[in-house]
Amino acid sequence: MEGVTETLLLALVVVTALAFDFTNGFHDTGNAMATSIATRALKPKTAVTLSAVLNLVGAFMSLAVAATIAKGIVDAGVITLPVVLAGLVGGIVWNLVTWLFGIPSSSSHALVGGMVGAVLAAVGTSGVLWSGVISKVLVPALLAPVIAIAVAGLGTWFVARLTRGVPQEVSNRGFRWGQIGSASLVSLAHGTNDAQKSMGIILLALIAGGAVPADSSVPFWVILSCAVAMALGTYLGGWRVIRTLGKGLVEIDSRQGMAAETSSAAVILLSSHFGFSLSTTHVATGSVLGSGVGMPGAKVRWNVAGRMFVAWLVTLPAAGLVGAVCHWLESAIGGTAGTLAVFGLLIVTSAAIWIASRRKPVDHNNVNEAWDEEKGADLESVAATTGEVGPERVGPLPAVPTAVGPILGSVESVESLAPVGAAQGKVQA
Amino acid sequence: MSFIDWGALMQVLVAGLILGAGAPALFALGLRLLAGTAPVAPEGAAAASSDGEATASATVTIARPTPVRLVGAIACLGVVVGAVAFGLVFVVSGGH
Repeated sequence: MEGVTETLLLALVVVTALAFDFTNGFHDTGNAMATSIATRALKPKTAVTLSAVLNLVGAFMSLAVAATIAKGIVDAGVITLPVVLAGLVGGIVWNLVTWLFGIPSSSSHALVGGMVGAVLAAVGTSGVLWSGVISKVLVPALLAPVIAIAVAGLGTWFVARLTRGVPQEVSNRGFRWGQIGSASLVSLAHGTNDAQKSMGIILLALIAGGAVPADSSVPFWVILSCAVAMALGTYLGGWRVIRTLGKGLVEIDSRQGMAAETSSAAVILLSSHFGFSLSTTHVATGSVLGSGVGMPGAKVRWNVAGRMFVAWLVTLPAAGLVGAVCHWLESAIGGTAGTLAVFGLLIVTSAAIWIASRRKPVDHNNVNEAWDEEKGADLESVAATTGEVGPERVGPLPAVPTAVGPILGSVESVESLAPVGAAQGKVQA
Repeated sequence: MSFIDWGALMQVLVAGLILGAGAPALFALGLRLLAGTAPVAPEGAAAASSDGEATASATVTIARPTPVRLVGAIACLGVVVGAVAFGLVFVVSGGH
């Protein structure tokens, strides 16, 4: 009996980790490909396919697996399978919510947030290393965009200065190729970095569940399934996030796109080299902003950017709240039933978010439409081309907390989800 | 209590500026050497003819770059390609 329960729990954790991996790929496609899609260097479908293949390849290349999740942020001794499950659910739910609103937010931060929340619920504040949270999560979240804006801004300014007077046809053709090259590098780096996280979690779970010895290397099926899950997610493409990054922040041309992607690739690779870990998402977003800052005459929609920064800061507590709620629920119900309840809750919540997304679908067909008030992945930006701030719109900042509120709230009880579903017309109870 | 590793931060920033901003700049310079600033008067000419014509004439009117420019362009683009290749090797070798 004991064995059966353990096996079931292990299987659920593995499936959930793969689901997180999927949302990770899904959410982060835009980091590499948004600008290439926006400048039409690549057709949307081609771009996500290329990115998916490179993520797949990258995942297989990641040999040194970071087997520790949330290392230095939570006390490794308190991580049990139920805690991991609750943390993963927190990460997935936050990824889906931010996707729904088209906000590029860090998948790793969501995962770390979920873990921190679950650990808090499990053992209290003693299980969390707060200085680690500040130095590894909060500070990098603030610094990454600053660095990326500086690098991409300077790069764009150089490029704009140097290509002045070069026939546009020539510069477009050249820079599109450059852009594809640098975007590919970002995709590859993402595959090597991020697939590892899920592999690490699954390995940890397998060790904790006694399925493999403690000194085991990552089994091949884990590498394969993580690589495939992330590539699939990437291929499906988080079009809402892509749209925001490619069209929402800055109207980007191929020169800016190339400068932005090169900046992303350089900063991501350098930061991991120098041991100053920055989120891929934060760097990519900062680079796009920088390409607007450095381009003479370009306008940056700082209101859209502002909402993003808020979301980044909210990521940790929000994912943490979901993780904590899940863990409470798990332990309140207890045993296998509790675990199954949390897993069921994840499925219901994901379905609800997906249904909500169908109201205003964003896909490869409309991802490049002009940024206006009706479309825009629910990130209602004002004055598409001018970037002028229209005064009449309701302030954009509250949109994130208020809109996220009900969905986060719905996680607390299955019952409260029903109205959300009912409103869409076709969710089962 | 230091929450920021200033040393690593500065390294990332400086190296990032050199590589992340330098590579696009070299790429742009390479293209400029290759294509020349050409006869297109900055705004007027391109705007005057219709889009299709502008693209067609732009490709046609580019003068062959002089050998010196060609060598310069190849050098610039070569450095950029080299940097990308280095990045690739870096990723593959798991240096991150």
